[in-house]
Amino acid sequence: MMRNSQTRVLLAKPGLDGHDQGAKVVARAFKAAGFDVTYTGLRQTPEAVASAARAADADVIALSSMAGSHISFCERLKPLLEQAGLGDRLWIIGGNLPKADHARLAELGFRGIFPSSSRLDDIVDFVRSSLP
Amino acid sequence: MTAHPNPAIRPACNESGIEIKPVYTEDDVKRSGGFGFVGEPGAYPFVRGIHPLMYRHRPYTMRQYTGFSNARQTNERFKYLIANGQTGLNVAFDLPTQCGLDSDDPLAEGEVGRVGMAVDTLSDFEIAFAGIDLDKITVSLTINGAAPQLIAMYLAMAEKRGYDVARLRGTAQNDILKEFIGRGTWIFPVEPSVKLVGDTIEYCARHAPKYSPVSVCGYHIRESGANPVQEMAYAFCIASAYADEVLSRGMDIDEFAGRLSFNFNVFGSIFEQVAKFRAGRGLWAKIIKEKYRAAKPESEWLRMIAGGGGGGLTFEQPEVNIVRGAYYALIAALAGAQTTALCCFDEAYTIPSEYAQRISLRTMQLLIEEMGLADTVDPMGGSWYVETLTNEMRRMMEDVMQEVDQAGGIVRLVAEGIVQDKVSEQAYQHQLAIESGAFRKVGVNCYRLPGEEEVDVKMHPYDAAETRRQISSLEEVRARRDGAATAQALAKIGAAARAGNNVMPAIVEAIKAYATVGEITGQLAAVYGRYREPVLS
Repeated sequence: MMRNSQTRVLLAKPGLDGHDQGAKVVARAFKAAGFDVTYTGLRQTPEAVASAARAADADVIALSSMAGSHISFCERLKPLLEQAGLGDRLWIIGGNLPKADHARLAELGFRGIFPSSSRLDDIVDFVRSSLP
Repeated sequence: MTAHPNPAIRPACNESGIEIKPVYTEDDVKRSGGFGFVGEPGAYPFVRGIHPLMYRHRPYTMRQYTGFSNARQTNERFKYLIANGQTGLNVAFDLPTQCGLDSDDPLAEGEVGRVGMAVDTLSDFEIAFAGIDLDKITVSLTINGAAPQLIAMYLAMAEKRGYDVARLRGTAQNDILKEFIGRGTWIFPVEPSVKLVGDTIEYCARHAPKYSPVSVCGYHIRESGANPVQEMAYAFCIASAYADEVLSRGMDIDEFAGRLSFNFNVFGSIFEQVAKFRAGRGLWAKIIKEKYRAAKPESEWLRMIAGGGGGGLTFEQPEVNIVRGAYYALIAALAGAQTTALCCFDEAYTIPSEYAQRISLRTMQLLIEEMGLADTVDPMGGSWYVETLTNEMRRMMEDVMQEVDQAGGIVRLVAEGIVQDKVSEQAYQHQLAIESGAFRKVGVNCYRLPGEEEVDVKMHPYDAAETRRQISSLEEVRARRDGAATAQALAKIGAAARAGNNVMPAIVEAIKAYATVGEITGQLAAVYGRYREPVLS
């Protein structure tokens, strides 16, 4: 299938966390920016995120985590994304992400880290400027 | 919108969309419907309060949301808060518990004890409430999807300690419809979820008539993007859906309406918030009296916890949240809430510290002890401004409820994701208004600190070793219990669910036989299936 030039974003809610207000707001901001957004809904396992990202052939894999289990989740997700051939895509994460965890998230391959209070414009601009 | 005679006057509009006049007079009250629907405190329509003397008789219960790690650690924090003058408990559970999973479930990995207390069996409740007098300290369980299990667990624990369940007080949140709109701890599809709420209301009405099996939450719908009018209107639609479910089983409205309770948010304009609660109290009384034909005045009471205010607190300059919290507590007190609680100043970062919890508790205490908030009933009553808003907001709530009914009812609108889409769009618009500066937020889009902010917030530690301890306790309970009796009790749950009967008697029996939260979920899921959120693209 021919790929068009529209940026494809897979936005996921990892684990059992039910706080989806932020994720849904970011999804709307991505749509307003002209991206093609797939939002998985709540309760995604690492396997489910990797398979949804592959199915969408996502340029951007975005997670929204508010309940503190982000490191454990991302450690399990990283090898799965790599196995799915998505190691070269842009991985970003937002939510309640304590500063002390940012270095570890970066090490796990997350190039964009957007803690609570990040501006929608900054997230969109980061995605635009990070994609080839 | 009418133009202001003086164009130099800044336009003001509240979040519910009402244009605010620079000056209110008695004429405004008359134009909006007069004083006819106000009445006296303790009498229909209860706009001024559900009791004649309100806080003069008994101040609001103070009930900070608390729980982390396991039952032992949470019990210690409970005792700390009680020692500091807290008068009720509000229990936070971890996400596996809230989603009906055991601590050793693969889906619980990394989440055990993280955002609340882990609970697997009755044994955990025995530890969590040890040494706490359940007659003096009422307990509210913030549990929704797994409410049947945890209500059963609370009743079983109290009974085992010698309390008379027929006289036991307490509350479970158990408002599953709002979980589909915000908060997200659903387990089963929408319809069987509503059936389970009906089961708990019916069971408690018959066996634990002083227990409040449901606390219908406008709170989280507001957090998800609803305005104050919608917050209250959607909550009443949801409460009506539960009432209809129970009435369809042949119960009388007066057998259970008096034990329905509510949970509302307090952030926003002080006057709009106070008017919201007064309007809501009148409207709920009217619905119960006119639509449901209740005979007992208690059935008409809008009993509520009002507090939290999380959606109004900020990540920036977190210490300023202490001041916001003080105004939110003032709103709850002016509104005549039965119970209040505050989100803590550090809560955008972490599980609140003891220090932060104590500040919130002291905030609520000083309103009563120093500021005169418990001296007289409904101190805002008679204000031309607040009475006008109260009339206007009640009418707007009725309009929202009518729209919901005309569109097919709240159960359908939630099942089809229509309410979710509406409030989420509003949340997006609100965020854009914050980012553009159109909606002012101190420390966020005005009065920011120059440069990168240094914040002094102590993070709550997460100890993974506690997860291993929780899992070994669970394994010990499984090994020690009478396995055959547990299996038999569990099978009865599945049988009751398949027959369409009330599952609560069987769940209570299984809990007493130390069945786990996850095992009971499994029985129910085998019959009802599990909910999956639709993918949105």
